[in-house]
Amino acid sequence: MNEPMLFLPLIALFPFTGFLLNGLFGSRLPKALVSTIALLFPLLSFAVVARAAWMVHGGMLLPMAEVGTPTWIAVGSFHVGFQFVLDQLSLVMLLVVTGVGFLIHLYSVGYMEHEQGYWRYFAYLNLFLFFMTVLVLAGNYLLMFVGWEGVGLASYLLIGFYIDRKSAGDAGKKAFVVNRVGDFGFLIGMFLLIANFGTLNFHQIGAQLTGHVAISGAAATLICLCLILGATGKSAQIPLYIWLPDAMEGPTPVSALIHAATMVTAGVYMIARTHALFDLSPTALMVVAVLGTATAFFAATVAMVQTDIKRVLAYSTISQLGYMFLGCGVGAYSAAVFHLMTHAFFKALLFLAAGSVIHGLSGEQDMRRMGGLRKAMPVTFWTMTAAVLAISGFFPFAGFFSKDAILAAAFQHGTLGKALWTVGLITALLTSFYMFRLWYLTFLGEPRSAVHDNGHDDAHAAHAHESPWIMLLPLIVLALLSVSGGWIGIERFAGFLEPVTGLAPVSDAGHTELFLSVLAVLVAALGWFLAHLFFGRDGEAAEQAAQSLAPIRRLLEGKYWIDEIYTALIVRPVQWVARFVLGWVGEWTLVRGSAWLLAGIVGLSGELLRRWQSGNLRSYAAWLAAGAAALLLFALAGTLLGLNGFADSIHWAVR
Amino acid sequence: MNTSVPADWYLLLSAALFTMGVIGFLSKRSLITVFMSIELMLNAVNLSFVTFAHEWHAVKGQIFVFFVMMVAAAEAAVGLAIIIAIFRVRGTLTVDQIDRMKL
Amino acid sequence: MDGMILSLILVVPLVGMGAILLLPDRGKLSAWIALLDSLLTFVCTLHLPAHFHTQQAGFQFEENLPWLSRPAIHFHVGVDGLSLWLVVLVGLLAPVGVVASWRAVQKNSKAFYALYLLQQTAMVGVFVSLDLMLYYGFWELSLIPIAVLTAMFGRNLGDGAAGKAALRFFLYTFLASAPLLVALLWLYARTGSFDYATLQAAVASGSLPGWQLGWVSVAFLIAFAVKVPVLGLHGWLPDLFSEAPVAIAMIAAGKLGLYSLIRFHVELFPAMAHRAAPWMIALATIGILYGAMLALVQKEFWKLLAYATIGSLSFCTLGIYGFTAAGMSGAVLQTVNEGVIGAALFLMFGVLYESARTSRMADFGGLAKQTPRLVTLFTIAGLALIGLPLLNGFVGEFLVLSGTFAGVSRSWAAIAALGVILSAAYMLGAIQKIFLADGQTNGHAGRVARDLTGMETVTVGVLAVLMLAIGVQPTVWTEAIESALQTVTHTMHAQGVSPVRMESGTVIASSMGGRQ
Repeated sequence: MNEPMLFLPLIALFPFTGFLLNGLFGSRLPKALVSTIALLFPLLSFAVVARAAWMVHGGMLLPMAEVGTPTWIAVGSFHVGFQFVLDQLSLVMLLVVTGVGFLIHLYSVGYMEHEQGYWRYFAYLNLFLFFMTVLVLAGNYLLMFVGWEGVGLASYLLIGFYIDRKSAGDAGKKAFVVNRVGDFGFLIGMFLLIANFGTLNFHQIGAQLTGHVAISGAAATLICLCLILGATGKSAQIPLYIWLPDAMEGPTPVSALIHAATMVTAGVYMIARTHALFDLSPTALMVVAVLGTATAFFAATVAMVQTDIKRVLAYSTISQLGYMFLGCGVGAYSAAVFHLMTHAFFKALLFLAAGSVIHGLSGEQDMRRMGGLRKAMPVTFWTMTAAVLAISGFFPFAGFFSKDAILAAAFQHGTLGKALWTVGLITALLTSFYMFRLWYLTFLGEPRSAVHDNGHDDAHAAHAHESPWIMLLPLIVLALLSVSGGWIGIERFAGFLEPVTGLAPVSDAGHTELFLSVLAVLVAALGWFLAHLFFGRDGEAAEQAAQSLAPIRRLLEGKYWIDEIYTALIVRPVQWVARFVLGWVGEWTLVRGSAWLLAGIVGLSGELLRRWQSGNLRSYAAWLAAGAAALLLFALAGTLLGLNGFADSIHWAVR
Repeated sequence: MNTSVPADWYLLLSAALFTMGVIGFLSKRSLITVFMSIELMLNAVNLSFVTFAHEWHAVKGQIFVFFVMMVAAAEAAVGLAIIIAIFRVRGTLTVDQIDRMKL
Repeated sequence: MDGMILSLILVVPLVGMGAILLLPDRGKLSAWIALLDSLLTFVCTLHLPAHFHTQQAGFQFEENLPWLSRPAIHFHVGVDGLSLWLVVLVGLLAPVGVVASWRAVQKNSKAFYALYLLQQTAMVGVFVSLDLMLYYGFWELSLIPIAVLTAMFGRNLGDGAAGKAALRFFLYTFLASAPLLVALLWLYARTGSFDYATLQAAVASGSLPGWQLGWVSVAFLIAFAVKVPVLGLHGWLPDLFSEAPVAIAMIAAGKLGLYSLIRFHVELFPAMAHRAAPWMIALATIGILYGAMLALVQKEFWKLLAYATIGSLSFCTLGIYGFTAAGMSGAVLQTVNEGVIGAALFLMFGVLYESARTSRMADFGGLAKQTPRLVTLFTIAGLALIGLPLLNGFVGEFLVLSGTFAGVSRSWAAIAALGVILSAAYMLGAIQKIFLADGQTNGHAGRVARDLTGMETVTVGVLAVLMLAIGVQPTVWTEAIESALQTVTHTMHAQGVSPVRMESGTVIASSMGGRQ
């Protein structure tokens, strides 16, 4: 029987080709050709994925591994190949990555039209898709790590895309370095996996876990904790979330693609992919759940007071990723992946719509200077509305289904689960509140560009214009997905993923779930109501409330001063140790000092011996004579002692 | 043969000359005198060489004397030239003042 | 051809040197001769991997001619998997160095290129010698051009800094090599031979007196450790990197010392190396962090590169003294990587230095638009240095760390792995300061900087492709290395030496235990 050909490597190689073409020759090509290249290759890759999905729909069995994959690293018995595997989980991810990825490429053609380094932007974007597809398709941890670090690189390059902005460079560097902290955990986790299983292959590790070769709970916990550190870095969770808000320095479509829809979900993907191991360690799962819930709540509180439209969305992303972690932590991996997918739709849409707003206002990002854009930008407004409803969890928008699935799973997860569910529900309230705050501030009310203090008025809400169709088309497609993306239902979705993520936690009787769902929608409505109260009438009530809660507001606006705390506790001490302890004590005192000491001893002894060589002829002569006399005496003494001459004297002396 | 002077006397003379040379070498301040003291020591050694050569009927000692004389002659030529050069530059031949190890 | 290829590789640079010395010093004549000659050398070195038999154990391309009968010194050369890529690396870096000096060396280029080619012969000689006296000759010879060229063509000749750096390098390496000569002569006095295999057998047989042999091995170790340099003995490196001409600085550290550590310490004295291993592992691990942290706070790029090099060479030392197959393969591969990456970075920053005469990174800033080729290639090399997967640095680091983790000590490996965080921080910091906007844009240095010329772009481009090639297909390289290391591990097991197992904090205890 013939194995069906899936051409998996092509999924990754197409964007790479695009990267090479634009990267090497882009600066000399006309813009139209650059965009054609940039769009064509992601589209081809999406076509390969879609074909595979079609074949799966037609009954092809998964997982499918590429046969005859080339070796990458081989030393002794250790062996890792460029091995691509397609299963249900990676298929879902690939559809999201290449599908949403292509839409954002399309949008970028409009958004980036007037930017310098147009070709560079698209080269990086294609490079990102290459690494992301490698990450998703990887059949072993090391290859996943390639994608893992690679998307970090692409993210670094794209965050720092505006090379004349210092803040952009700083943000890119911060993102990469903080991610490296996570990668350190991933690396150690891989070493532990090699030590315990002798392989990094997902399939082989899975087989060992289901077979008789057991691994102790402690070892599993240790591995999982290391992997969790990696996941918190990439997926911007506590304690490593700090890079994501700064990453908003990049162009907005980049924030949509990398820092909302795809790359940041890699941690969730990795945990779902490794769930067999996490299932062995309740401790690790608990850590995931608690971290996720804490991050979700924490980021939502910060999002409430942000004034930069992209920063609100960034904290919102962190918060939503927290939900996904919560889902993983309570064993509802399929629900987490479900939320990952719907989140990709509505968060990409939110960012793109925000980008459309920013584009329409020629670069303005401060919501305090927006307002009243509903008329000027109808398409943006309506699509954004769909996304806001989706993320807030209103029925029947996509976010409702996936968030509900996670919260329901948490509710059924024992006492801790109930606590987490409560926090999750409060977070849902906050989410709805800050999203509608954004909605009100941006689109409703009157244009507030008058508060702009520096005279010229070309960039203001009053003169806003709708974006070109090439930017609106992706918005519309994503809006449709944000509305309908959840209709498949968690049961069917979980059923599809079951071969990979295992059975979803058993759900109770239907009426509890129904009650939870209704409660969730009510909470979301409450959030909307509160936002309407505060911001629906041009913010006077908001001002009053803010003044009565000034300390909390300061705390939130200062983002809990986490960046400052990290700087004071980690960055400064490291620099201090490097500069003073290593630089002065180590380098100057020990290394240089020992060399100088040695040189000093030699120099000093030379200085002493030099005095002997006075240059005075008679002192030389006296030493000569004294030496001769000493030799004579030596020989005579030997004779007197009864030795036979000079030779015997010497022999006697050295004996 | 009885009338001949015994070898001991020659050796004593040689030792005396050598000691005078050493004392002169160490005590005299003039470079010329120091130089002459060296010659004196060389000749004292020559005398003892010749004495032993005669005593033991061995020709080697006498050959050695020729070597020493040759070296002494060369040394006198080179040495005196150096002394003249020093005197020209420094204007003095007092050894205690010639301690800079260069001209 | 196989029988005399090594002699050919040794002689070709000398012929070039002769030609340069005989012809007048006119225009770029010497540079052209050096370039063509070094390219020819490179082509000759490529003969080795093309005709190397991976499956065959022992040395290949061997030549053994009696040279002096008393003392018995032979012209005995050969290559195995260990030295194979290092010889090719020397061949590759030779033309790179010429390109890097193309604009920098204007005056007295005759002397520069003549000595430069002499240096090539010496380095190849170190890698291929199988007679220890011959080896020692090449070893000493390889030190001289570095010192002389630094003193003659250094950056800060005026205030004497170049001379001091040259002197410091010379004293460090020469003082350390003096005991090596004594140790060699002692071995000869005991065995009557300088031949590598004979000596190896003699040491293995246990017929040599134990405590003296211990001191001999220490003399070997120190001579090589200074040249690597291992942490604590690196006093010469930052100065030399700051002062030496680019072409010299890029070959001064790393490969000679590391190769010698494996060949003439670990392979020759396995038992003693095993005893020294805990110390070396500790030094290497601390060195990784020490180098990376100091690189983090440097203001001048050459200093940053120096400390980064100390960190990255410490990875090699760590791999070597763990005695695990993965670690040692990784160490040898990392040695090659370090040479390639370092050469690229040296050449590129050298271009900036030539125009701006400063290495303070803050003096540049915002160059990215002005120098698109430079920034691209510089970023690639920087990423390779900090171990981005699919580039060469990652494979070496991964092998070393995984070998250490599995075979030696989990905690030491974890500490060493912290280096990956710090290295990202300093390298991206450097890229930002030099090429991206950093607040102090458009300084004098930034205005006069130029992009790479065509020749420079091609050169660094070749190196960048090589970084990618090693990163994607490391097996091509590790296959040969492993074939040699199997011999090593076989020798070691024959003498009852197994991988060092260390638990954290017990360096001293375990080395004391080893002495009993």
